[in-house]
Amino acid sequence: MTLSTPQQPARNAAAGSGSADGDAAAASSAGASVAGESPVADAVGGESVGGAAVVGAAAVGAAAPAAAEDRNDRGGGRREQRHTRDIWWRRLTHSSRSLRLRVVVMTLVLSSVVMVLLGVVLQRQIRDGLLANKQSAAIAEIENAMATARVQLVGAETNPTKLRSQLARLVQDIGNPARVSDTGAQGSTAGVFDPVVAPLRPGASVASAVGPIDDVPPPLRAEVEGGNETWQYTTVMRKNAAGVLAPVPALVVGGPVVIPRSGDAFGVYLIFLLTTEQKTLAVVQQTLLVGAAALALALGLIAFLVATAVLRPIRRASAVAARVAAGDLSERMPVRGAAELTSMASSFNGMAEAIRAQIRQLEEFGALQRRFTSDVSHELRTPLTTVRMAADTLHAGRDEFPPHLARATELMVDELDRFEDLLTDLLEISRYDAGMAELQAESVDVRTSVMDCVAAAGPVAATTGVRIITHLPDAEVRAEVDVRRVERILRNLLNNAVDHAEGGSIDVELAADEDALAIAVTDYGVGLKPGEAGLVFNRFWRADPSRQRRTGGTGLGLAIALEDARLHGGWLQAWGNPGRGARFRLTLPRVPGFMLSASPLPLRPPDDEAGDRDGVGGGGVGSVVGGGDPAANIVAGRGAYDAMRAGGPFVVGPGLGASVGAPAGPDAGARTGPDTGPHTGPEGGHG
Amino acid sequence: MRARILVVDDDPALAEMLTIVLRGEGFDSAIVRDGSRALDAFREVRPDLVLLDLMLPGLSGLDVCKQIRAESGVPIIMLTAKTDTVDVVLGLESGADDYVMKPFKPKELTARVRARLRRGDVGTVERLRVADVEVDVPGHQVLRGGAPISLTPLEFDLLVALARKPRQVFTREMLLEQVWGYRHAADTRLVNVHVQRLRSKIEKDPEHPEVVVTVRGVGYRAGAA
Repeated sequence: MTLSTPQQPARNAAAGSGSADGDAAAASSAGASVAGESPVADAVGGESVGGAAVVGAAAVGAAAPAAAEDRNDRGGGRREQRHTRDIWWRRLTHSSRSLRLRVVVMTLVLSSVVMVLLGVVLQRQIRDGLLANKQSAAIAEIENAMATARVQLVGAETNPTKLRSQLARLVQDIGNPARVSDTGAQGSTAGVFDPVVAPLRPGASVASAVGPIDDVPPPLRAEVEGGNETWQYTTVMRKNAAGVLAPVPALVVGGPVVIPRSGDAFGVYLIFLLTTEQKTLAVVQQTLLVGAAALALALGLIAFLVATAVLRPIRRASAVAARVAAGDLSERMPVRGAAELTSMASSFNGMAEAIRAQIRQLEEFGALQRRFTSDVSHELRTPLTTVRMAADTLHAGRDEFPPHLARATELMVDELDRFEDLLTDLLEISRYDAGMAELQAESVDVRTSVMDCVAAAGPVAATTGVRIITHLPDAEVRAEVDVRRVERILRNLLNNAVDHAEGGSIDVELAADEDALAIAVTDYGVGLKPGEAGLVFNRFWRADPSRQRRTGGTGLGLAIALEDARLHGGWLQAWGNPGRGARFRLTLPRVPGFMLSASPLPLRPPDDEAGDRDGVGGGGVGSVVGGGDPAANIVAGRGAYDAMRAGGPFVVGPGLGASVGAPAGPDAGARTGPDTGPHTGPEGGHG
Repeated sequence: MRARILVVDDDPALAEMLTIVLRGEGFDSAIVRDGSRALDAFREVRPDLVLLDLMLPGLSGLDVCKQIRAESGVPIIMLTAKTDTVDVVLGLESGADDYVMKPFKPKELTARVRARLRRGDVGTVERLRVADVEVDVPGHQVLRGGAPISLTPLEFDLLVALARKPRQVFTREMLLEQVWGYRHAADTRLVNVHVQRLRSKIEKDPEHPEVVVTVRGVGYRAGAA
């Protein structure tokens, strides 16, 4: 058995509860109605802090019940929503975790990146190559044009009109150089161009130029005017095939022509349209794009196929592992294929073999343990039966013995009882340890079990002056539980409470919601010191070894109770405060196998406040169920309790027997004293 | 006349102690320690009741139980050290009427023995009818269409208890008290198992019982006459 809660949190919680108590006490002094409200808030708050040791079903984390409870209080709708969202999120993350998908996506992404980079580089290379060709051709062309100009413009006219016609002729000559020279031809290497000649005389306006001088960018003109031969890329407006003006990239080269003797200067410019190059580039770009996309897709497909092929043995291995996990321990992986896979398969098979051997060994141990338990049970019980019968025979005739022998006989018989209890408990716990315990669930009204156990505890409680007050819901609490075990849990809790109640009272509450039922047994006696709430379920643990046990507990009772609760998939939790009492809460699912997430009862008593309790010491039952008693506040104050209000508390106490009040509200119950209510003695079969 | 009790137990100390206690309570007893000799001893002693330990050398207690049951309806009380539910049910199904869990107190044992030896108050001439079955109470006979049906005394008591109050629905606890003599809550499986055994003998179709009818969630009652 493990204790899920270490000592530290419990101590913190106890410290926290101390201050909360102060508030509660302050609130309670304001009046009964307020007192009824505030402890609820405190109780809930205390619980969410984790103010108790939680030793619940192994599957549920220690803090989970309290936290879940807190959530649950705020509404099931949100929880449902969150649940749906969780499922979707899980599905999403699961599919993104698929190795195959990841490989394909990664391949696609990485290959796309590589393609884009490659495409950019290729495109740039091609473009630079094309333009370099164009440039060198253009420079050759401008040299030609400048030579032609230099020849033709010797002795240029000063008359602007004549000059213009002269320049027009020159432009035509440059446009068709074949006529003048054989060094090149319009539309050959450099492609189509528009020549422009502009006089650079001082005072010559741009308008005097021949050709589309506007297309020559000013910086280039400035450069040429400065006497340099240069080129520049620009954009010119030209009509496209559809007859609409559109920007077209162009290369403009220009050079100055200086007539030696006259000192006349002209700028010659050639505008090469880059339409062809642009078209070529577009084709290249398109090809690259289509090629890259196709390649990326192909790579993705290849990655998918490769991943599938690589993963197939892994999937097979996973299926085999699943079958092994499902219990088919003889399942093995075929050792064949690639080296890595065979090594994986053989390691897997080795593991499976080791597991099988281990499990077989454990099974043998389990069987051995079971046989041992059974044998011990028989071997011990047979002689014990003989001793028991002999002792009882002696005991029956003890009147004939001298006093010391008679007393010895009595002691022997009493101790035999204890011995038997101890043996029974030991066998029970060893049965749990061997995993032999099985749930014999049947549908019952749990109220009956509670009343039976309370009635059975009545006589012992009466000898110590302890009153047991039972709060049961009006409606039947039907649940599928193992009655024998539930009653054993209750007996253990009641015995424990009677042992520690210090003559005070004990509250037994039963409440249920749709999924779960809870039984809380609260005493107001010595209580538990910080950290002890987790220890109480330890075998043979005692808070104070010197304490006298009235119910003759074996020290195994709570340990067995915890196992019984766990077998139901339920929780058994303890809460305690030194000097103020302890509370044990059993929470069971109403149907076996249901995962508990909340308990219908708080683990901290709703009326946990100092002072009140002491006032309940003596007197009649009227004070026990009266309005001033916190026990009544439990019922009256809690809104959540309204549905399961006890019909007049069921009280077992000294000289009272069991009294079952009329099934009215607790206020009516408070008025219904035992004198008016129907009486049933603890030994009289009630219910 | 003192009732004779056959004690079948391999543990000499316990067997002797049982004898002491039983003698003290006014019973005669005989002891047999080996399962395989139990049947012979039973035929020889002709006991009124058998106390049978389940763990025996030679032949297991369950087999001894079946052997005795095959030729006699004598009450059999099992002494069992096993708390495991399966063993108790197996014992009851083999024909045991009741069981006592070791370690038991002498009073507990003698109470069980007396309850089994106590015969139903056979005073008045009484003939009962349940469905098509006729019960002759003083004659200890059950007849269907004139043909006798053999029942053990326990099964007979069970049937008579139901038949005497044909309108009443009996809970298992009521039957435990009336037929087995338990005053406190006891193992209701006793009732379940013996109702099954009774049905297998007196019902035409035990799957659809007409004589002993189950009242769901409550218990049993006698079928309409």
